[in-house]
Amino acid sequence: MWNTFQNPYAPLQTPLSEIYGLSHPNHYITLARYMLTAHKANDLPNLDSSWYSGFARRIYGLLLLMLTSLFTKTLVYGDTVYVGAASNFIIPMKHLAREFERSSGHNLKISYASSGKLFAQISHGAPFHLFLSADHHKPLALIEADLADPVSLKTYALGTLVLWSSEDDIQLDYTYLISDNYRRLAIANPKLAPYGMAATEVLKTLNLHHQTKPRLITGENIAQTYQFVASGNARIGFVARSQAYAEGRLIAGSAWVVPKSYYHPIRQDMVLTRRGSGFGPAIELHRFIQSETGRAIIRSYGYDLAK
Amino acid sequence: MMLSDADIGAIWLSLKLASVVTLLLLFIGTPIAWWLVNTRSRWKAVVSAVVALPLILPPTVLGFYLLIAMGPQGPVGKLTQSLGIGLLPFTFPGLVVASLLYSLPFVVQPIQNAMQAIGARPLEVAATLRASPLDRFFSVVLPLAKPGFVTAAILGFAHTIGEFGIVLMIGGNIPDETRMVSVQIYDHVEALQYAQAHALSGLMVVFAFVVLLGLYLSQKQQASIVR
Repeated sequence: MWNTFQNPYAPLQTPLSEIYGLSHPNHYITLARYMLTAHKANDLPNLDSSWYSGFARRIYGLLLLMLTSLFTKTLVYGDTVYVGAASNFIIPMKHLAREFERSSGHNLKISYASSGKLFAQISHGAPFHLFLSADHHKPLALIEADLADPVSLKTYALGTLVLWSSEDDIQLDYTYLISDNYRRLAIANPKLAPYGMAATEVLKTLNLHHQTKPRLITGENIAQTYQFVASGNARIGFVARSQAYAEGRLIAGSAWVVPKSYYHPIRQDMVLTRRGSGFGPAIELHRFIQSETGRAIIRSYGYDLAK
Repeated sequence: MMLSDADIGAIWLSLKLASVVTLLLLFIGTPIAWWLVNTRSRWKAVVSAVVALPLILPPTVLGFYLLIAMGPQGPVGKLTQSLGIGLLPFTFPGLVVASLLYSLPFVVQPIQNAMQAIGARPLEVAATLRASPLDRFFSVVLPLAKPGFVTAAILGFAHTIGEFGIVLMIGGNIPDETRMVSVQIYDHVEALQYAQAHALSGLMVVFAFVVLLGLYLSQKQQASIVR
């Protein structure tokens, strides 16, 4: 019964974009033209009371205007690059987008969501040109499903972990994890978020996996995990270094940068989708993210870079 | 069916939360509804608006404010800590408090409507027969408003079962403590485990349909009794 859904990598028979007509601007043109021409006001049913027909006509015209403006908006296609970016990368991505739009003149439309959501959307035909994942599995899976260009697979950032608290002057290091000074330790959900996997790795390396289990609370993603700690509901938590640091300095609270030998740094990979691999502006953006300018921006937000 | 232990746990937890919340809300909601029906106070509009707020507000807004209010710096958090309860977020009692707010209008409004429909006359008649206000409430208002209570209980229960936004914000996804069915489905979908997501979602759809069908059938019966 569920057979069709057993394999998430198998795209649906009809891509969603086709159902919504996303990739068919022509469809809108015909529709809009039909609406503008086929129904002139005198085609309206002739009503007895003149004010009513006038009123109805006005409302009708207004509706028509609204509908056509809705559709014409989607007609302006220009050189717009559609990007799907993992939510942990929102802030640097916005900065990169500003720089890229300024220097290239192209438009960027960026959707932020968890890598899992973006992956599912792309496998169901979402019109993204470029996918920036929070891990290296999902871009690979897209390539295996023949939905992305293998040549364009690149590591654009390395995510690292800090143990963070919003309270100042706490001496945070691994001894704090053993102590009884905290009731709740927040991590991202290891099942869903790469940063959560890494946090679990750290706990296993330190052999605290079982000891901390009753105190663990899991956020759906790294942003929510940060929120749990920032609001003080969890005294400490493993968050991305990019969330706690700006310009190389700790923004607030106390932090312990977890030694990289305790876990595998999070390889964040990007890939051009089938749709983007032949699209000039998307290739330019892909190149820009790897350029010296792009790398400097990414580094300034607390990410490491692959060699 | 292919439900894992974690799924079963989530189902039980949802049922437990919904039962506790529904019972508490019937006790809390009844006096509020009665007061709203009878008051001439200036505060009536304000209280009505506050009760109805959760109908309008996105659950994420409620969840966000609750997370702050129940946190160590928040007013509720300070209170619970001074009472020695500790902090409410990420605990079952915390979810209960949040759900009470979230499902309040679904319980208060049906009861209020049913009480409103009784009108003043039955109460006046009872008063001429020397029934005290309390006696009037228990032997006239409650029995006559029974359909409203049934509707309120069913709606409150069903609404709490399907809760998602708030639980996501203040739950912390702890198995058998705060991991509700809706969150479990969300996790399955995010982890691309579509088969499990299907099994649970299908269950929820069937449950919701059966609940609403029961509600409408019972209302039909009641209508025929009255006539």
